[in-house]
Amino acid sequence: MKPAVALAVVLALATTSASQAQDAAGGISSVEISAEGQQVYVEVCQACHMADARGGGGAGLGIPALAGNPNMADKDLIIGVLVNGRGGMPWFTDMLSADQIAAVLTYVRSDFNAYGDPVTAAEVQSAISKAGSTAEG
Amino acid sequence: MSNGDFSTAPTRRNLFAMIGKIGGAAAMYQAMTSLGHAAETQFEGPPGYSGGRGKVLVLGAGLAGLLAAYELTRAGYDVQVLEYQDRAGGRNYSVRGGDTITEIGGATQNVGFAPGNYLNPGPWRIPHHHRTLLHYCKTLGVELEPFIQNNTNAFVHKTDAFAGKPQRYKELAVDFKGHVAELLGKALNDGALDQKVSAEDKAKLLEAMREWGLLDANMAYSSSVSVSGQRGYDRPPGGGLDGPPTASTVNNLPDVLSSNVWTQMNFYFNYVMQTTMFQPKGGMDMVAAGFMRQIGQKVRLNTRVTSIAQGDGGVTASWTDMATGETGTATADYCVCTIPPPVLSQIDMQVGDPLKAAIRAVPMNGQLKIGLEMRSRFWEDKYSIYGGHSFTDQAISLISYPNNNFFSDGPAVLLGGFASGAGALRLAGMTPEARIEAALEQGAVFHPEEYRREYVNGASVAWSRMPWIMGCTSRWTEQSRAEHYTNLVTMDGRIVLAGEHATYYGGWMEGSMLSALDAIAQVHAKAQAA
Repeated sequence: MKPAVALAVVLALATTSASQAQDAAGGISSVEISAEGQQVYVEVCQACHMADARGGGGAGLGIPALAGNPNMADKDLIIGVLVNGRGGMPWFTDMLSADQIAAVLTYVRSDFNAYGDPVTAAEVQSAISKAGSTAEG
Repeated sequence: MSNGDFSTAPTRRNLFAMIGKIGGAAAMYQAMTSLGHAAETQFEGPPGYSGGRGKVLVLGAGLAGLLAAYELTRAGYDVQVLEYQDRAGGRNYSVRGGDTITEIGGATQNVGFAPGNYLNPGPWRIPHHHRTLLHYCKTLGVELEPFIQNNTNAFVHKTDAFAGKPQRYKELAVDFKGHVAELLGKALNDGALDQKVSAEDKAKLLEAMREWGLLDANMAYSSSVSVSGQRGYDRPPGGGLDGPPTASTVNNLPDVLSSNVWTQMNFYFNYVMQTTMFQPKGGMDMVAAGFMRQIGQKVRLNTRVTSIAQGDGGVTASWTDMATGETGTATADYCVCTIPPPVLSQIDMQVGDPLKAAIRAVPMNGQLKIGLEMRSRFWEDKYSIYGGHSFTDQAISLISYPNNNFFSDGPAVLLGGFASGAGALRLAGMTPEARIEAALEQGAVFHPEEYRREYVNGASVAWSRMPWIMGCTSRWTEQSRAEHYTNLVTMDGRIVLAGEHATYYGGWMEGSMLSALDAIAQVHAKAQAA
């Protein structure tokens, strides 16, 4: 796949809404997320799935491992998880662009698993168009 | 004293519901307003049930579970609570010296705060209108003290404004107000709004802008002793020969705009952010401790629920003791389940498909807080900052100064970060040591000379990595509310859910408690009808 060279970084505008209901710090955030797949993983995904992508146990089953995960074979499934969320994991369409989602899925599939074919932004965009949900907060 | 038996007379809530059904929402609102209740809270006082018979199993000893257990016990039910952690409270949590924080993935922090110091990693401030929580604090003897929410002398920092130098909130806010007033004054005087406002209102608006914006004789916002009376002086008023003050210099419009200070100004306008706010003395978990003083003997800690079944005969929860490995079952007639959705969706539970789907539809946000213990209260001594928040657009979002023990010597814990969104994920993905380093690096922008010098130790709670919840606050969309909310909060056979996720007041203890009150109302109604 052609690496995303454009520095299309997302300016994560956190909690500026006047109708903001949940507790938050207040003000704006200038935290930017990389366009590059491995770096997106470090900056976002490993908060839960851990640096080694092995997840970990908790009160229920815990956080699933992404490394060596057979679900990674199914591109539609894992695109759907990032676009729609799944269980305790939220959707990431309001934090990551289609390019960033494609980049990080490609990275997780190839570097923590053995699937070499890339996830494309077009595939992600198609799933986003189908979902079309908006966050409440 | 008992709250009376409401079984013969309609409760206020029922009364409002009746009026609502007959006259619609407007009539209900009017009725509530006339009784002084609208726009404050949905809390109508403790339920005061009586005549409870049979057994209720409560899963989870957070505030929702504790409140449910407390009120159901008072109503006469035989209550048992199972809690996964080795402490009650859930997100009602304070971290102190000697505590251990173990994350999913295994990272462990041994907290080194001095005695009496603490970090509230979850809830930390209580709005004056959260009447449910305030009621139970009073009832349970939880002593509250003011939470300093709005400190105009704290800082606002934006990386690309003022060359990265933090500015005092009061200077930016007063300057923003002054410049906006000047511009509106110009627009009015130029006749730009003559089509929009009457001549009378135009005159009033001009007067308002002059007074509100502290404009000078030329209707300009400019440096003066009068303006310094709001934004602060270069030399403040004194006594004797050196008495006269000297004015500070106002910032120009482009600089003020670059600070985005209106986002902080607007933040303080939020209903849940308005003063007066409170915190429990000694740490937020004093609320849970208050409940535990009443019903602690009913709570079984270290107890991991592995499955939840129900049938005609009742509810059965299977559990494993985390400390001993012992397994067992708990049976009851009804169950109030407060296990958070990310965990509950991973437990085998015998409920209908609509509730199962609802549990899977509520993901969580992963906020993060960092506590930094400092050798001295330099923010007070040197900066005249007593409580309140300094804001930044970096990942930590803010630092917040302690609201207790003002002017004391010895170490104090300040909140070194309250991150959400991308900033929280960035910090959560780091090792605990790297988080502290990032917090020191970012927070030092406010107090560059002292921040690292005075630092003693620190602790962080990355909510996405807490094994017992895997998140901090629940997330809904309009779509998921429409599809799943009613299913989530409706009793399914003998099981009803409660907690922060089962409310429109997510992210606040008040919401969890209102949810618990509704859940036990459903339990009590069903039990009474049985």
